[in-house]
Parts: sequence; C-alpha cells; structure tokens
Amino acid sequence: MANERLFEEMTNAVIAGVPDKARELANEVLRAGIDPLAAIQQGFKPGMDVVGEGFAKGELFIPDLMMSSKAMQEGIAILEPELLKRKQELKTLGKVVIGTVRGDIHEIGKTLVATMLSANGFQVHDLGVDASPQQFVDAVREVDADVVGLSALLTTTMLNQEAVILTLKEAGLRDQVKVIIGGVPTSPEWAEEIGADAYAENATEAVEVVKGLVKA
Amino acid sequence: MRIPILQRLAADEVLIADGATGTMLLEAGLPTGMPGEAWILERPEEIVKLHRAYMEAGSQIILTTTFGGTRARLKAAGLDIQVAEVNRRAAELARQVAGDDLYVGGDVGPTGEMMVPLGPLAYEAAVELFAEQARALAAGDADCIYIETMGDLDEAKAAVEGARQVCDLPVFCTFSFDTHGRTSMGVSPTQAAQAMAALGVPVTGANCGHAPEEVLDILPQICQAAPDAYLIAKPNAGVPRLVKRQVVYDATPQRMAELALRYVELGVRIVGTCCGSSPAHIAAIREAVMRDE
Repeated sequence: MANERLFEEMTNAVIAGVPDKARELANEVLRAGIDPLAAIQQGFKPGMDVVGEGFAKGELFIPDLMMSSKAMQEGIAILEPELLKRKQELKTLGKVVIGTVRGDIHEIGKTLVATMLSANGFQVHDLGVDASPQQFVDAVREVDADVVGLSALLTTTMLNQEAVILTLKEAGLRDQVKVIIGGVPTSPEWAEEIGADAYAENATEAVEVVKGLVKA
Repeated sequence: MRIPILQRLAADEVLIADGATGTMLLEAGLPTGMPGEAWILERPEEIVKLHRAYMEAGSQIILTTTFGGTRARLKAAGLDIQVAEVNRRAAELARQVAGDDLYVGGDVGPTGEMMVPLGPLAYEAAVELFAEQARALAAGDADCIYIETMGDLDEAKAAVEGARQVCDLPVFCTFSFDTHGRTSMGVSPTQAAQAMAALGVPVTGANCGHAPEEVLDILPQICQAAPDAYLIAKPNAGVPRLVKRQVVYDATPQRMAELALRYVELGVRIVGTCCGSSPAHIAAIREAVMRDE
C-alpha cells in the first residue's frame, strides 16, 4: 500500500475512533518500514484535527473525542519503540500542569483538555480533581511547567482558581509560568479579574490558546 | 391515602416540582466541597427547612437531596458505608414535609463515572449502584424514583433498570441537554425519548441544561419521539456568572414563570427548576400555572 493511502486510512481510523484499526495500521507502518514520525504526523494527527474541529462546532461530542484520542494513543504506543530505535522524538510543544481546583470534583472537561493537549504534542501532567494550590505549585516546580491549566465548574470553586495564582506568586513562580483557566461558570472577564493569562471555552480552543501562550 | 402520582398526571393535571438543592444548601452554609448529602444525617433540620421552603412556595413534588446518593458519589465524602441510611433518611425527611398531600420524588443523579468503553463503569455495575440507592429511597417512602441530569444513555438505562429491580414505584428519567442541544455525551432529545419510550418509562423530559429558553426547542422533539410519555421541564435559572464576586443567574422568577407557561402549552405536566433557582422561582411558576388553569 502506498504511504499516502495508508496515512489516509490512519486518519480515518482516528476520526472513526476505532483503536483496533489504529493499532492494526500502526503495525502495518512498522512492517512496511515507513518512517513512524511521518506516519504519526501525516496519518494520525490530521484525524485528531478533524475531530477537534467537529467538537468545537458542536457536531461531535465527548465520546467521539475520547474514542478518537484513544485510537491515536494506542496507535502511537505501537510506533514508539521504532521511534526510539531511530532516535526520533515526538516534538514537545511545552509542558502543561493541569487539574480541577480544590473543592471541585468535576473531571470530564479537564480530562478532555488534557487529552487534546497531549494529542497535539504537549507533555501533560494531570493532577486530577480537587487539587490544592500547593499541589499545583509543587507540580509546576517539579516538571518546570510552561503552562498551568485550572478547571472549575462551580461558582464556589472558581475562587480557588485565584487561590492557585496567589500561591504561585507567593512561591515566586508566577513569572515563569502562564496560567489558563476554564469551566462553565468562568469567562475571559474572570480570567482578567484574577490575573490569569488566558481563558478557553472548550478543549479545542484550549489547544490553540496554549499554543499561543508558549510562543509568547 | 395519596392518589398515585401517575393517576394525577393522567388526569391532565400540571404538577409543580421544586427547585435547586445544591445552590440553596450552599447559601444555607454548606461548606464548599462538602456534598449536600452529608447534611442528611448531620444537619437534617437544614434539609427539612429547604423542603419546607419549597412546599410553602407551592411545590407539589419534593425531591430528596440525594442527587449524589449513589455509592460511587458518596465515596468521595466518605459516606459510602452509609448509602442505605443516607438515602432512606433523605426520603423520610422529604416525607416529613410532604405528608400525605404532596409527593416525594426519590432523586437519583449520575454516578460521576464514565461507562465502558469510555471509562471503568460496566453496565451491570451501574445497575447495581442505582438499585442500591433506589431500594433505600423506596424504603423511605418515596412516591417515585426520579432520575435526572442524565447525559449518557447507557447510564440512564442502567438507572431505570436498577430502580425497577428493587421497587414497584414509577420511574421518571430526565436528561440534561446542555451541549449544543444535546447531552454532554451527544445524545439528542429524540434519541433519549425513543430509548425511554422503548423501556416504557412513563415520565421523561429535560432538566438542568444550559439556558431555559433552549427547552422550548427540545420539548417538541421529545414529544414526537415519546408521544405517550408525560413530560417534565425543570431547567436551570440560566448559566451562573460571577459579577463583582457575587453569583448571578440570569433568569428571574418572572422570566421562569413566563417560560413555564410555554412549557405547559407544549405539553409539559411537571414543571420545576434546577441550579440557581430558589423558592421565589417556584412561587412565581406556581402562581402563573394556577392562574392559567
């Protein structure tokens, strides 16, 4: 099979969200001796772009995004040993620490953002839910993060987004890390009020905004 | 002796449910991060006060404060060893206020976990979680099992099946269509209603959601796909925003009352409100609906 056709099939496997198919195609890449990095970038990645766009438009939903990202991740896992062998590396766009703030156990939105950031080449450290300001600060220091993402789904817990920013300041880390916030009750105005660098409405937008933050 | 709730609905009556629980308990002093379920055993007087406020505003269906009452959700608060007690007691507290004139809806919300293949929760395990909760709500003398804010169709089906395994109460099931007119998991109103009709769920509809105006577009779709079901509309008072550090919901009691009348025109038989609403919203709705009848 010509590379181009194989890549197209890989793209389609990600769009359809079929991990079995993605793994099968990844193995075909290995058998054919095709450059694994090219296969990821020209095969799997465009599929994720299509799905991200559909999600932002409201044509696709959480299950679509999750299954597509699962397909891509499982496919990449098969290609990884060959990447290492060829001393190739997936380019990292930056390191992101992400979590849902203290007092808030809403997981899905935060996980979607983490998933989309990973799929787009960021190294993501996910602190899970109900994460304290200190946990964020420790993680930022430990991984030398470029960006920290704060999720809050409740009007009561969005105040804790501000608490993280204040704790980062106290720790003297605020200037070396960009802060992005999100979650239903939050807004660009709220981001400005608490001194965050950015806000994103959904996981697809978050990828573009974080890309902008690490470039700046 | 209470008239069975389905009989009231069959007689073409419009019943008024209640409004927000979580945001009201927060106002009453529930600490951030503590689930409202914790107060069922710790501060039952606060729960009774909330139910009474809605009763006085005109609610005819009092929902138990057990939205997060499955074992999976109670675990986060360390209450998972008391699943039966929390739910049974919650139903008893609601009954204490409802007496024999009003109805108690045994409230059931999502488990908070993703179903297979997206997450770890298998269908059978979900059925068990819901059965455990419904059994206790029934034991506390609920009139119906009131499942709400569902987003995943499999989870909704598991909740219905779980409730039916353990009691003979009528099972209601409503969905939160909060994402571009569908649920967060992409379920359309038509798909949800068809699934509920296929299961023979007698009462379905929309709750929570995004803006209350969106329910006007959703109801006809449900109506068409489940023509035999009685419909519920129980939306949020809009989406919350912080203005000068105060939480503001956009929909006033008057606005919600106007909308309630339009829901009723579209065939709704149970009207209530969700997040961000208060007894004032329910009182306005009750007045408007009574005047209309």
